[in-house]
Amino acid sequence: MSSVAEKEQYNYDIVKVCVILGIVLGVLGTFIGTWVASQLAVPALSFDIAEITFGRLRPVHTNVVIFGFGGFLLLGGGFYMVQHTTHARLRLEGFAWAAVAFWLIGCLLVVATLPLGLTQGKEYHEAEWWIDIILALGWVCLTITTLATIAARKMSHIYVGLWFYMAMLFMVTYIFVFNGLAIPVDMTFSYSAYAGVHDAMIQWWWGHNAVGFFLTAGFIGIMYYFVPKHANRPIYSYRLSILHFWSLTFLYVWVGAHHLHYTAIPDWTQSLGAGMSIALIFPSWGGMINGMMTMSGAWDKLRTDPVMRFMVVSLAFYGMSTFEGPMMAIKSVNALSHYTDWTVGHVHSGALGWNAMIAIGALYHMITRMWNTEMWSTKLVNAHFWIHLTGAILYITAMWGSGVLQGLMWRAFDEYGNLIYTFADSVAAMHPFYVIRATGGFLVFTGLSIMLFNTIKTISAVKAGTNITLTAEAKA
Amino acid sequence: MSEYKKGGGMIRGIPHDTVESSLPILATFIVILVAVGGIVEIVPTYYLDDAEPAVEGVRPLTPLELEGYAIYRREGCFLCHSQMIRPFRDEKERYGHFSLAAESQFDHNYQWGSKRTGPDLARLGGKYTDAWHIQHMRAPRSVVPESVMPNYPWLEETPLDTSITKARMEVLAMMNVPYSDEHIANWEADLKAQAGVDDGAGEEGLRKRYESKVWKHDGEVVTWTDSFEPTPINVRAFDGDASDITELDALIAYLQQLGTHVHFEEGVDYYHDKFGQPYRK
Repeated sequence: MSSVAEKEQYNYDIVKVCVILGIVLGVLGTFIGTWVASQLAVPALSFDIAEITFGRLRPVHTNVVIFGFGGFLLLGGGFYMVQHTTHARLRLEGFAWAAVAFWLIGCLLVVATLPLGLTQGKEYHEAEWWIDIILALGWVCLTITTLATIAARKMSHIYVGLWFYMAMLFMVTYIFVFNGLAIPVDMTFSYSAYAGVHDAMIQWWWGHNAVGFFLTAGFIGIMYYFVPKHANRPIYSYRLSILHFWSLTFLYVWVGAHHLHYTAIPDWTQSLGAGMSIALIFPSWGGMINGMMTMSGAWDKLRTDPVMRFMVVSLAFYGMSTFEGPMMAIKSVNALSHYTDWTVGHVHSGALGWNAMIAIGALYHMITRMWNTEMWSTKLVNAHFWIHLTGAILYITAMWGSGVLQGLMWRAFDEYGNLIYTFADSVAAMHPFYVIRATGGFLVFTGLSIMLFNTIKTISAVKAGTNITLTAEAKA
Repeated sequence: MSEYKKGGGMIRGIPHDTVESSLPILATFIVILVAVGGIVEIVPTYYLDDAEPAVEGVRPLTPLELEGYAIYRREGCFLCHSQMIRPFRDEKERYGHFSLAAESQFDHNYQWGSKRTGPDLARLGGKYTDAWHIQHMRAPRSVVPESVMPNYPWLEETPLDTSITKARMEVLAMMNVPYSDEHIANWEADLKAQAGVDDGAGEEGLRKRYESKVWKHDGEVVTWTDSFEPTPINVRAFDGDASDITELDALIAYLQQLGTHVHFEEGVDYYHDKFGQPYRK
């Protein structure tokens, strides 16, 4: 579709910046994640220093991995995809660079202020109001440049990956703005515009749609470009992509209420949230099937290409965690799983399995295509795959074990009708799982560090002219 | 580039070709579609009375407790401790009566949490002594050996910063938290009185203002029934030292009032009934 001559016109500089920032922030975010996970296994690791206690550091981890690592993958992958699927160079490039600058400044400010205790106290939306504004400006710039480039496309149809990307752009604007509404007291503190029940509803409308649109629609968009491109196969079903796009876009918005089962929100809202969550399995699996079946006729690549492995296994995790999610949204299951580590495990099967692995696959793909080179070491890519996969599985299975155990211990009664366990008993029982979880996190961090090392070596080799360029077949 | 299959442009009679060939149409459809769910689920919580049934006893936090809330939020306590008891037998045994919506109606933002690495704190008030809390904040494992909570030794050494206490109350008053001009004007006296550093001089005024049965809210006056006795405000040197006000004073003052405002009575269905004067129409 795109000849080499056409590729010359694309703006790769901005994608390269995003790719490198994404990898660096991935290493940082998983390091902090490993650190806070270790604190739960060994509490002395907070060293009585306020800035690195779990409560202040955990949001740094979530922000850096979601908005830093995930964010720069979405920026870089988005810029790459929108150019390749429209055959147009980025339009309004000033906005694109501004988006990168605002986003980077926002991320760095988050890292700087959260340990100091500046927080809005809203999960996954902790940055104080003035940092929110910087991040929002970045998002608006991204939206403008993306839409302008789509408008300048060289063909009549808009590619399916871009539908998902657009859904992300619009929905994240809604939820970020409305959830972030607050009245500042000063630069260090603001009060949410909502209280109690209303705040809970809006928070989880944000919380779950950050998952549904930032980490799902955006990443599905990325998947729709990079999986068929890397496998060199067409998307399995065009009809399925239409069906699952519109149903996913409609349904995700409703399901935030499943984070509030059996709380003080109205019963009907809980039931609606549960019902929509269960229905959501169909569009989710539509995307998973469409991605997986794209491999038809190219499964042999799994034997030789570790990047393809990242992509396929990410889809397998996506299928698994979008089965697990609806199941946990059933009220009676949620009665056990809510407040436990099971939730943490579920999030990480999505984050480490689906998001990180599709992101890593896309990043390796972009690095080789943009620098026109093989990776410095394919063996290290392969090692990264197995280390990451092992880490993710250790993490997830540990949290399943501890989550179900916690849930069962909390509700256990003896034959006289007394609670069998104190809360402290359940905390003690978590210890081995927390050790395994921290080990899993460390492996993920190790894998990303290997990726960073391999990337630096690859780019250095390109600069020195000692690299192996891609074959014509790989470039096609 | 491998492209998706062409020729499937009609889905059950809907010409999708038109939608996906036009940026304005595609964008408009998405913008409208993603707005539906949130509007249907969230907007009604503002006008349906049963979304937040009124209950007597819930008052806004005192200035000292408000500073305690800010410390609770700053330290990220909500990441490991929920404040939302669910209506299950084991939670009733362990934590007390399930949480009511109205109990967090003044919490900007809410502190329900999503994870219990530590226990729920919705009804922590009065459960332990101040001395227990002091020791627990210094070194949690000295009172609960299994605990994985960090030590917070600096709280009792850090003087409470009250430079924005008044501004906090003014901002909350803008958002219908029932602080009157009198509450705001007396913030400093009330704060000192509650922490027990004024030799009892301001206690009467503090109690008058915060143990009130009459609250002006949303432009209308709400009066609790005569027989209802508001929960007394805790007045003492919470960190055991009446010579100064520290962050630990504020935090313990906040923790010791959690979940104590409503007086639960046997036989009353707090889940479905509405009673008393509603705070919100």
